[in-house]
Amino acid sequence: MTNATVEDAAQGANIDVPEHMAWDSRARRTITIYIPLSIFIVVLLFPFYWMAITSVKPDYEMYDYKKYNPFWVGSPTLDNIKKLLFDTDYPQWLITTMGIATAATFLSVFASVLAAYAIERLRFKGAQHVGLAIYLAYLVPPTILFIPLATMIFQFGLFDSPLALILTYPTTLVPFCTWLLIGYFKSIPYELEECALIDGASRLQILRRITLPLAVPGLISAGIFAFTLSWNEFIYALAFIQSTEKKTVPVAILTELVTGDVFQWGSLMAGSLLGSVPVAIIYSFFVEYYVSSMTGAVKE
Amino acid sequence: MANVSIRNVRKRFGSTEILHGVDVEIDDGEFVILVGPSGCGKSTLLRMIAGLENISSGEIAIGDRVVNNIAPKERDIAMVFQNYALYPHMTVRDNMAFSLSLTNASKAEIDEKVGRAAQILGLNPYLARYPRQLSGGQRQRVAMGRAIVRDPQVFLFDEPLSNLDAKLRVAMRAEIKELHQRLQTTTVYVTHDQIEAMTMADKIVVMNAGNVEQIGAPLDLYDKPNNLFVAGFIGSPAMNFVKGKVADGAFTAEDGTILPLPPSAAGQDGRPAVYGIRPEHFRLAGDGLPARITVLEPTGSETQVMAHFAGTPIIGAFRERIAAKPGETIRVSVDPMAAHVFDGATGQRIGA
Repeated sequence: MTNATVEDAAQGANIDVPEHMAWDSRARRTITIYIPLSIFIVVLLFPFYWMAITSVKPDYEMYDYKKYNPFWVGSPTLDNIKKLLFDTDYPQWLITTMGIATAATFLSVFASVLAAYAIERLRFKGAQHVGLAIYLAYLVPPTILFIPLATMIFQFGLFDSPLALILTYPTTLVPFCTWLLIGYFKSIPYELEECALIDGASRLQILRRITLPLAVPGLISAGIFAFTLSWNEFIYALAFIQSTEKKTVPVAILTELVTGDVFQWGSLMAGSLLGSVPVAIIYSFFVEYYVSSMTGAVKE
Repeated sequence: MANVSIRNVRKRFGSTEILHGVDVEIDDGEFVILVGPSGCGKSTLLRMIAGLENISSGEIAIGDRVVNNIAPKERDIAMVFQNYALYPHMTVRDNMAFSLSLTNASKAEIDEKVGRAAQILGLNPYLARYPRQLSGGQRQRVAMGRAIVRDPQVFLFDEPLSNLDAKLRVAMRAEIKELHQRLQTTTVYVTHDQIEAMTMADKIVVMNAGNVEQIGAPLDLYDKPNNLFVAGFIGSPAMNFVKGKVADGAFTAEDGTILPLPPSAAGQDGRPAVYGIRPEHFRLAGDGLPARITVLEPTGSETQVMAHFAGTPIIGAFRERIAAKPGETIRVSVDPMAAHVFDGATGQRIGA
C-alpha cells in the first residue's frame, strides 16, 4: 500500500468517525462508553435470544438443565414451530391480529390528527383544557374500563367480532396519539400556516398540504405506537373474543398453548417470536422517522 | 394595486391596549415603512392589515373595501415573513406555485407566472431545489418570488432582512427597492432599523409605544423631526440632546454654555427646552466652544468623536482627520440653521 492510499483512508475515516480528542484515552472510552453499551445490549437482547433458542429446543433439553447447557441448543428441532403453524390456528391468529392492529391504528391516527390539529392550531375556547382532559383519559387503566366497555360491546352486538377490538383500542390509542401529535404540530412553525392562509389555502388544505407532509415523522411514530400497543394488547382481546380462530396472537398463544397446567414452552416461544417479527420489521423501516420525531423540530 | 387606509385602529390583547388609535394613509404604489423600537406595535399593525390579527376597533381599507371582516385570502395581499416561512417540503418552484395551485390555475399559467418571477429575481437555476439547499439571501428571494407570483394589490414585508448578515442586507435592500420601482405595487414594510427605513421608503411611519409619532418622507423626518423621539430615532449616530432653557434669544445649557438658536425658535424666553444637534452638524472652529474628547473612532471617510460638550456627552462626526487625542479639547461651533429645539416638558418641536 502506498502512502497516498494510507492518507486517503485516514481522511475517509475522519469523515465518519468523530475526531479523537487528545484528553480522551482508550481506557476512558471503554469504561464510559463501550462497557455500559455492552451491558445495555446484553440486557435488551437476552430475552430475544432466550425466546429464539427455546423455540428450537427439543423438550428433553428444555427440562434437563443438569445434562444440557440451558444457554445453548444441542440438537435444534423445528418441531415446535411445525406444531405451532400446522396444528394450531396460528396463521389465522396472525392475520386477525394484523388486521385488527392495522384498522385500529388507522382509525386512531386519523382521529388524533384532527383532534391534535384542532387543539393546537384552531385554538378554540378551552382548547388547552380539552388537551389536558384527553391526556388524563390516557391515564385511566384498561382494567377499569373493560367492564363498562364489555357492556357496551354486548349491547351493540359486537361480542366475539374483530370490530369489538377495532373500536375499543382507540379508547387508549386516540388520547396517546393526540397528545404525541399535539407536541409534534407545535414544532411546526406557525408562520408556515399563516403564510399558507394568506396564499389562499383553507384550513383543510393547510392540514393536507402543509402540516401533514411536515408531520410525517410524527404520524409515523404515532402509528408505530398505536400498532405496537394494539398488537400486544391483552385484556380487551381476552375479554371480548371467545372463538379460538378469532383470537389475537398474545391471547391465543396463552389460552391455546397452555393446556391445563402444561406450558408448551417451545411452541409458546415460537409463537411469541413469530408474533414480534412484524413489529420489529415495522420499527426497522421507520426507525429514523421515529427518532427524529422524538427529538422533534422541523428542519427548514 | 390599491391604496390602504388605516383609520383610528386600536388593538387590545385582553385588557392591555397596544395600539392606541393609529391613522395612516398609504397611497397607491407607495413604499411605506413602519419603523419603531421593539414592542411599538408595528408588526401587529402589519398583521392586522394581513388579516392575521383581529382589529379591536377602527377600520382598515384596501382600495375602497373595508377589510376588517374579510379573510386573509380574500384581501389580495402577499406577505414576506421574517423567517421567510418557505414550505420546507416543497421545491422552490412549488413554493412559488403554491398559491396559484390553490386557485385552479392552469399549468401553463402557473409555469408562465413562476417563470416570470424567477426571471425577475434570478432564481431560475434554483427552481428544483429545496429551501434547505439555499443560502439566506436566496431564501429571501424565494419568499419575495412567492409574493410576486400572486400579483397582489399590496405587498407586506415583516422585517424581511433581519436574518441576513450585514453585507447581504445592504444588497437585498437595494434589490427590494429596485423591485418596487419595477412593479410599482403598494408596499408596507416593517423594520426596526432606521437605516432601512431611510434608504428604502417613500414615506416613513415612526411608531412608538402604540402611537404614530410622525409620518413623512425620509428626509423630512430627518430635517424636521416633530418631537424628541423621532429626532433620536432617525439618524445614526443619533442626534445629541443638550438640556437647558431658552433665554434672551439664545439657548442656555444647564452648565451655562450659550448655544445659538435657530430663528424659528426665538421669542420663547424662559421655557425649559432640549437643544438637538446632529453629529455631522458640528464644525471644527478655532473660536468655537470647547469639547473634551473621550473616545475617537476613525472610520476613514469620517471620524466620530465622543466628547463632553456643554455638560453632556455628545457624538460628533467630522470629515476632517482629527489630530487631537482623548483627554484633549477641541473647539467646535454649531450652525443655528441645523439645530433643533424641543419643548423640555412635552418633547414637541418648538418652531417650524
